[in-house]
Amino acid sequence: MTTAHSTSTGVTAEVIEIRVCAGTGCVANGSLEVAHRFDDAIEQAAAADRVRVVRTGCHGLCAKGPVVVVAPEGVFYPSVDVHAASDILEALLSGTGPAREHLYRESEDAEAIELYADIPFNTRQERIVLRNCGVIDPEDLGAARAAGTYEALRQTLENLTPSDVIEEMKKSGLRGRGGAGFTTGLKWQLAHDSEADIKYMICNADEGDPGAFMDRSLLEGDPHGVLEGMIIAAYAIGASEGYVYVRAEYPLAVTRLKKALADATAAGFLGTRILGSDFSFTIHVREGAGAFVCGEETALIASIEGHRGMPRPRPPFPTTSGLWNAPTCINNVETLANVAWIITHGAEAYASIGSATSCGTKVFALTGKVRHSGLVEVPFGLTVGELVHEVGGGCADGHEPKAVQIGGPSGGCLPASLFDTRIEYDALMSVGAIVGSGGMVVVDERTCMVELARYFLTFTQDESCGKCVPCRVGTKRMLEIVSRITEGHGEPGDIELLEELADVVKTTSLCGLGQTAPNPVLTTLRYFRDEYVEHVEEHRCRACACSALSTFVVVDSLCKGCGVCKKRCPVDAITGELKGIYVIDSEKCMKCGICETHCPFDAIERV
Amino acid sequence: MADCACQGNAKDDLDLTMLSVVFEAHANDPGALIPILQETQAILGYLPESALREIARQRDIPLSEVYGVASFYTQFHQEPRGETIVKICHGTACHVAGAPEITRAITEELGVGVGETSEDMRFTVEGVACIGCCGLAPVVVIGDQTHGAVDGASARKLAKQLTRKATR
Repeated sequence: MTTAHSTSTGVTAEVIEIRVCAGTGCVANGSLEVAHRFDDAIEQAAAADRVRVVRTGCHGLCAKGPVVVVAPEGVFYPSVDVHAASDILEALLSGTGPAREHLYRESEDAEAIELYADIPFNTRQERIVLRNCGVIDPEDLGAARAAGTYEALRQTLENLTPSDVIEEMKKSGLRGRGGAGFTTGLKWQLAHDSEADIKYMICNADEGDPGAFMDRSLLEGDPHGVLEGMIIAAYAIGASEGYVYVRAEYPLAVTRLKKALADATAAGFLGTRILGSDFSFTIHVREGAGAFVCGEETALIASIEGHRGMPRPRPPFPTTSGLWNAPTCINNVETLANVAWIITHGAEAYASIGSATSCGTKVFALTGKVRHSGLVEVPFGLTVGELVHEVGGGCADGHEPKAVQIGGPSGGCLPASLFDTRIEYDALMSVGAIVGSGGMVVVDERTCMVELARYFLTFTQDESCGKCVPCRVGTKRMLEIVSRITEGHGEPGDIELLEELADVVKTTSLCGLGQTAPNPVLTTLRYFRDEYVEHVEEHRCRACACSALSTFVVVDSLCKGCGVCKKRCPVDAITGELKGIYVIDSEKCMKCGICETHCPFDAIERV
Repeated sequence: MADCACQGNAKDDLDLTMLSVVFEAHANDPGALIPILQETQAILGYLPESALREIARQRDIPLSEVYGVASFYTQFHQEPRGETIVKICHGTACHVAGAPEITRAITEELGVGVGETSEDMRFTVEGVACIGCCGLAPVVVIGDQTHGAVDGASARKLAKQLTRKATR
């Protein structure tokens, strides 16, 4: 099955590439051991001239990790362990076709699907930003260059003026992917027009949304692609120095980014007089020390300057006065990863993807109660339902999606009845959600929407920097109200009070964190108000997720009579004899749930 | 700037000369307080009061400012931490997949609350915002080993293994 093709090092040879995902998720699943096994087996078979292993960035389908794709054909093997690795290599070397027993199947009795591109997860996707993720070795500059990286930079420096680049960005319709969706070309124009001796270009990689990993995957999978976009941006606005502000919690991304910077500098893509032009630019890495609010532009700047990450009022906007009071342009990782593609393929080609006001693609971290969770890139204009059902494969085990939460702590919950909403900046805004940075969490009927709102409020309350009163105190009071509702102490009037507070926090907070913190509450109130009412008036949680509002029972068919629950119960509410049937006295039960977590047979249920 | 007049009660007698490389590396960078704190913590394991005082002195900035920054970011710890760090992911995907149940199982089994360190300094349990392995939710990281698709029972087992290893 070997065919002549161009390998990622640019040498045309008959080489099969075994692309093993080395993203954080697959590594956690043991992909490095799998890669190692391939290496060993190739060495044993003395087949290094025919087969080689490439440790790539994220392929996307994290739920089926460790993911292996064999190029040039693109044969896909999910959940590969060391034994499967041996089988796959054996099949490859013997030339008998793919190792069929390890191919992907939608369900146990479904037909095997051979190619990665053909699995349902991929058919609606379009990869621009993730073009090199899962394809090249991110630590190999040669591989990145063979895939075309830094060609757009060369083209830019040779043929385009800064104004040309900005015009191209404006025409492409690219909008910031960090959450707010500001037009990128316009932001560059503002930074370009600010006159100053020194300007800064910052890449915001402080991905703080819990449940999102787009930026991390990009930095891990294609760091040169991000750097190229950043260098072009710096050229456009006239910046001579730049910073990548990246979460310290992403050690692999930080390591690969630093290596990419060193390699790019050594190769002349960074530093003084880049590629022989008059343009000079250097990049520093700053590791964020763990504060969600630092995703906000002015707080991020304060953090780079060495202060507490607290935002300040705008204007002046950073493009006028930012880092060290100099004009500063801040773009998100994903935004920058689009830039080189736009330069290479032209603004028109980019603008033709997606819809009129939301051009191009968006990367989402599709997670939660969905069968195919992972990293996906889809053109704007797809509906939420298409993303959940066609790309994500719906929920597992016969459950139905109840809602999606888009945009994390700043975003909103959309009910299944609105799944035909298009994924576009304006369409999502009109239903109370946002495109956000790209977190998309699917929940089914087992998730309580009030409890989910409480979860997000706990997060934002904890991350509130404390500078302004509405956010500091307002989110605290809101959390107290939602908490007492989930604990069964909700009072008449609580829902109305919550709405009033949410409105105040939204309209009067200083920065984006506070202004958007009430969104999870407001959207769950808007679409799932009956769940709030049930909690308050009937002391009932239909999802049985709020333990104080659930009744704990022993399921006889599962109970083996071990007596652990009885021994653990702090209020002696459980009666029964060893090997016999145990019963929970609901009058005595204080609903602490200790029996539930201790039962070795999952025989305690909530009803 | 004159030396801070208050003596505090820094009882730790750590060798702070190890930090001189850190100060030298960032001598000309006015915004380097956070990298300095990060590197100091990497050397000492945490940020004792004596180190914060030394940083303030070396950088010629008020101790209040150093403390303000050190206490603002979740990455910084002012107390020594356990030998093994148990991180329970509280990202959204992990939350809806059962992180609260796992948290309860682990904290009960180890007898250490979230954000606390065991008395024998063997474990520190942390709730973290998102590890970024949402496809494996819910996730627990023990040391540098990531465990995916954990439930209450397997979390308890993990914690038990950990205490057994510790007593051996």
